[in-house]
Amino acid sequence: MKRIFALLIFTTITLTSCGEDLDDNLVAKTEVETTFNFTHNWDDTAVTNSDFNTVQYTNANGEMLSIEKLRYLISDITFSREGEEDIVLDIYNLVDVTNNNNLSFTPETKIPTGTYTNVSFTFGFDAEDNVDGAYLDLNSESWAVPNTPMLGSVGGYHYMQLEGKFTNSTTPETGYAYHTIRAADGSATPPTIQETAINVDLGPVVIINDTSLEIKMNIAEWFKNTYQWDLTQWNNMLMPNFQAQLKMNENGQNVFSLGTITQ
Amino acid sequence: MKNGFIYILLIISISACSKDEIEVYEPTPMPLSIPQIFSQNIIPPVIPNNNPQTVQGVALGKKLFFDKKLSGNETMACASCHSPQHAFTDSTPTSVGIDGTFGSRNSMPLFNLAWNYGERFTWDGKELSIERQALEPVQNPIEMHSDWDDVVNKLQSDPEYPELFRLAFKTTIITKELTTKAIAQFERTLISANSKFDRYSLGQATLTPQEENGLNVFLDETRGDCFHCHGNPNNPLWTDNIFHNNGLDSNFTDLGLGGVTGDTNDNGKFKSPSLRNLAYTAPYMHDGRFNTIDEVIEFYSTGLQTSSTVDPLMKKVAQGGVNLTTQDKADLKAFLLTLSDPSFLTNPDFQE
Repeated sequence: MKRIFALLIFTTITLTSCGEDLDDNLVAKTEVETTFNFTHNWDDTAVTNSDFNTVQYTNANGEMLSIEKLRYLISDITFSREGEEDIVLDIYNLVDVTNNNNLSFTPETKIPTGTYTNVSFTFGFDAEDNVDGAYLDLNSESWAVPNTPMLGSVGGYHYMQLEGKFTNSTTPETGYAYHTIRAADGSATPPTIQETAINVDLGPVVIINDTSLEIKMNIAEWFKNTYQWDLTQWNNMLMPNFQAQLKMNENGQNVFSLGTITQ
Repeated sequence: MKNGFIYILLIISISACSKDEIEVYEPTPMPLSIPQIFSQNIIPPVIPNNNPQTVQGVALGKKLFFDKKLSGNETMACASCHSPQHAFTDSTPTSVGIDGTFGSRNSMPLFNLAWNYGERFTWDGKELSIERQALEPVQNPIEMHSDWDDVVNKLQSDPEYPELFRLAFKTTIITKELTTKAIAQFERTLISANSKFDRYSLGQATLTPQEENGLNVFLDETRGDCFHCHGNPNNPLWTDNIFHNNGLDSNFTDLGLGGVTGDTNDNGKFKSPSLRNLAYTAPYMHDGRFNTIDEVIEFYSTGLQTSSTVDPLMKKVAQGGVNLTTQDKADLKAFLLTLSDPSFLTNPDFQE
């Protein structure tokens, strides 16, 4: 009896110590998940789709406006480290604020922990990725840019669709469709094509565990910096408007910023 | 030795029993045949997990679709308002029910329904699946004016249907849910992807200069700008399947999506219909107010009405519309007619 009791105790201790070994899993991970949460504001006032459809924002030019639709594409999230090759995630995410889709995006690829000198992404598609008709899911979202001579016969995809209505003291409520694409002047021979995707630098980030990064878009920036956008002049038919696309690219440089980091 | 013999007998008996159990009947799977123009350009169709396509389910659905037993006085079938020769719509502005009463909406054509990724069906998006949509007309008093209990009883006492349901769903007990599942399976097979433009996209046909210019009008933001709501060569559904107020009215007698969501911002919004098979689906719009394609083009050119929910894409509403030239209107129409798929109308799989 004594022997059996001793054996039981010994076994229990052995098993318990085995169980304690499991805690060794708490050792820091070497590769972690990153999640990008997209939030939106109008000069620090939060904007969600529940704020849509009401004329309530004033742009730099003094026009009051509403938002009825906002969706945009980001791609190629890149992690840069000192002395090492960049980690480029060859992905894209269509953020659809109107329908609250894809506001949070977790790439499948895990990232090594460490100190990153910069995290960046592309607003839109760069030239390599902006291939006409290449992405079936984006085609299904009617996100394609027509492959027509007036748009330089290059096709590709929208970068952003921001739509709503605006008004000022002299203009009755009028629709606007601020659509950003690769700039193309189809009237020139040969057509003038200019890449207008924007490289967005978020700055240094130390990653020690699974990490959530808030990506903030200040929608007001699209209308003020560095070009004071006049919606009474440029409110629609902007896709084939080469100069307007260049100005959108200019104003888009400071639209995004890094918000809260959680790990 | 005797015991051994008994054991062997037992084993044989058990094996025979288990063999019988394995031979359970299953309906034959019948995945949708996805046209090349779709598989090349857009993501796969939506098939609900609880209603997979089967040979027997589709055959049953087809029989039900054309069967007048589904209406109160057995004078109407689904096909009465959704006839194959009209690309599964009818030719009147709104449809007449069994009692001679007309509804308020134009019958929607039926094709490529499995590619409606948002799964909101009908002009106002009220129905959240094809199965659910199929429940409605049967019991609607101004449509088939029947009662599902009556329909189920009629089908149950029919000499053929219980066996057809067994073949499709492994039960002879008929329910309205199984009935609409079968109809939905048939409706998902109604695929149209063989227009001149489809063949052009696949390199098998050429467009005339007029049709090509019409395509450019369609895709040009400064002219037609039709593509934002009605697709493009990369989205051969020719609809975004989304709801828009396209400027038909300044005051709404029909709230459309707004009547379903209760959100006033949705008032006057209706689903963008596909532009495929326009040649066969007149009259047009949710209330069938336009009799011809020319009238529709003229409306977008000069007839837009403003309202608080008019879509921002209706950019020249203040000028009445996009003011197309006579030539551009004619060319746009020529292009739109390249989206016609006559083989869809005569496909023997879709006839009664």
